[in-house]
Amino acid sequence: MGHAAIIAGQAFNGVSVASILLLTALGLALSFGVMNVINMAHGEMLMVGGYLAYVASRIAHGPMAFLLALLLSFLGATLLGALLELTVIQRLYGRPLDTLLATWGVSLILQQGARSLFGAIGVEVVAPRWLNGSFAVHSGAFAGLSLPYVRIFIVALTAVVLVSLMLFIARTRWGLYLRAVHQDREMAQALGVNTRWVDLAVFAVGTGVAGLAGAALALIAPVTPTVGQNYVVYAFLVVIVGGMGSLLGTALAALSIGLITAGAQMFTSVSLADVLLLVLVIVFIQFRPQGIVFKRSRVMKEA
Amino acid sequence: MRSLLNRYVKLAVLCLCGLGVCGASSAQNGTVKVGVLHSLSGTMAISEVTVKNATLLAIDQVNASGGVLGKKIVPVIEDGASDPAIFSQKAQKLIQQDRVVTVFGGWTSASRKAMLPVFERFHSLLWYPVQFEGNECSSNIMYSGAQPNQQILPALDWAFEKGKKRIFLLGSDYVFPRTANLILKKHIVQGGGTVVGEEYVPLGGTDFSSIITKIEIAKPDAVFSTLNGDSNVSFFKQLAAAGITQARMPVMSFSIAEQEAKSMGPSLVNGSFAAWNYFQSLNNPDNKKFIAAYKSKYGKDAVLDDPMVHGYVDVLIWAAAVKKAGSFDPNAVRKAATELGWTDSPMGQVKFADNQSLYQTAYVGQLQPDGQFKVLWQSKGALRPEPYDALAFPGKRCVVK
Repeated sequence: MGHAAIIAGQAFNGVSVASILLLTALGLALSFGVMNVINMAHGEMLMVGGYLAYVASRIAHGPMAFLLALLLSFLGATLLGALLELTVIQRLYGRPLDTLLATWGVSLILQQGARSLFGAIGVEVVAPRWLNGSFAVHSGAFAGLSLPYVRIFIVALTAVVLVSLMLFIARTRWGLYLRAVHQDREMAQALGVNTRWVDLAVFAVGTGVAGLAGAALALIAPVTPTVGQNYVVYAFLVVIVGGMGSLLGTALAALSIGLITAGAQMFTSVSLADVLLLVLVIVFIQFRPQGIVFKRSRVMKEA
Repeated sequence: MRSLLNRYVKLAVLCLCGLGVCGASSAQNGTVKVGVLHSLSGTMAISEVTVKNATLLAIDQVNASGGVLGKKIVPVIEDGASDPAIFSQKAQKLIQQDRVVTVFGGWTSASRKAMLPVFERFHSLLWYPVQFEGNECSSNIMYSGAQPNQQILPALDWAFEKGKKRIFLLGSDYVFPRTANLILKKHIVQGGGTVVGEEYVPLGGTDFSSIITKIEIAKPDAVFSTLNGDSNVSFFKQLAAAGITQARMPVMSFSIAEQEAKSMGPSLVNGSFAAWNYFQSLNNPDNKKFIAAYKSKYGKDAVLDDPMVHGYVDVLIWAAAVKKAGSFDPNAVRKAATELGWTDSPMGQVKFADNQSLYQTAYVGQLQPDGQFKVLWQSKGALRPEPYDALAFPGKRCVVK
């Protein structure tokens, strides 16, 4: 393996780590940006998505079964998110600390529920055959470079989700409502936007995307009751670095965090790379507390 | 509140009597209590419940053949809940409240280290069934699980015999992998091999992309893995996705036995290697009897593995030692246990050494598609247990009081 291949391979690893982070963080960024709600149970939405993909893979077989699993994870997590919004979060608007505690409780309930239903040890989703193998380069400057199809698939899936969300927000009427609520909730309300529905939709779609992240993650790692915990902390980091409520900022932050981690891991150990990452994030928010991309909003002014 | 509590206590006592746990009043002289302390809930339950089952099977068998010193053994089962602090509390409860004569249990080193002071303080005796990192020597613990020189070092001997001299060390970040690799590094260098990499991931870590790149750059002859639990699934999945086969780069695991292979799906780990002191596929009469007895009690789909056999053998040796000592006194029993001499067991001939660890044979096996191991290699006879590795911990010796 030449140097070029190693650098390209690690850059790709960084992008693939960033993809899962981004899918997890998108929902957090939306719900925090628009509703000012910190959802501690967000990681568990990823976990639920993973288990739904597992259930789907047990029911359906054949080459396209995994696409069904993705759909099921998305819909399942969306419904669960909607339920959570209607039963818990809606009743606690404007009480951020209570929301924090309540959603943390929900996350514990979901974890224990998964443990009782599926057992403490992880379950496995076998990647479909068309994702086996890898894209290998055999000659030239990048000889020895090999990119697993599963990871390419995850990166592509993330790109599709990100672009669709951006188009949805920029081009559709619902996206317009969302932007209006984000900029000035009271004014939007006064002009006839049903903010209840906007909040519900934003929250549910955000958890649905986290469900997708869980299904994608299931291709490369086991689904365990605590899998969400591993990712939600990094997702919060992404949201903070990216700037609340900006999809572009979130994407850039996920990408930088993925690349920094992948780069640092080559020169140090995994644990030390984590330390390095946290130090960099702390230094970054000292100089730019508003994050990479800052969008002015009423919520932010109050907060 | 108090009366409510009382009612619960009475209810609990009634329930326990129903299960046959008490009976102290009715047959005080006819029974003797032993503790069985494993995680029956939490992350470790998947592994420890089966050890508890094997321990109970051995107790049944001893009772069926007349008990010990004319007394029937009554197990008091407690749940350590995968939490070292709870292990310590329950150990104290078993000794003080239930007045058990000995305790069988523990799995993680953290749980053992939490229980150790309790057993020393009350001069009781713990039988510990799992392979561990050594570097510990208590008079109040019988260590039947492998010491490093009975599992990880024989695996290295095997690798060297096969000409695999460039070793990559990979582990979860806690005491067992760190100590095991400390010992391995000294022996790899002494044996003329090279450590081409050493990496740790946090417990439960799922991303191995960078580590796999490092493995590909280092080009080892073999990877020695002390990864624990679910990290194994991520590692093997991502290894396969990167196109690395067992034929090209064999992985020797120290935490994957038949149970783990079954729950991970044998196809994922097919062809990888493991070193243990017992495989279900061992061909000896004691093992055949043990497998048959276990399956008839717990179902024919049950698989057996190394820690389970140690849990089973511990009870049989304890019973034999009690008979030899003619008493249940922990001090007399542990002394008698080290003087019993060789006994046949499902894992071959074993005996307790004077340092209260077990002489046992090391085996290297390769996982087959059916989730069973094919035995490829075994050590020349049973190996003497060495709690302190001479290269890694020079000058330290294990002498029990």
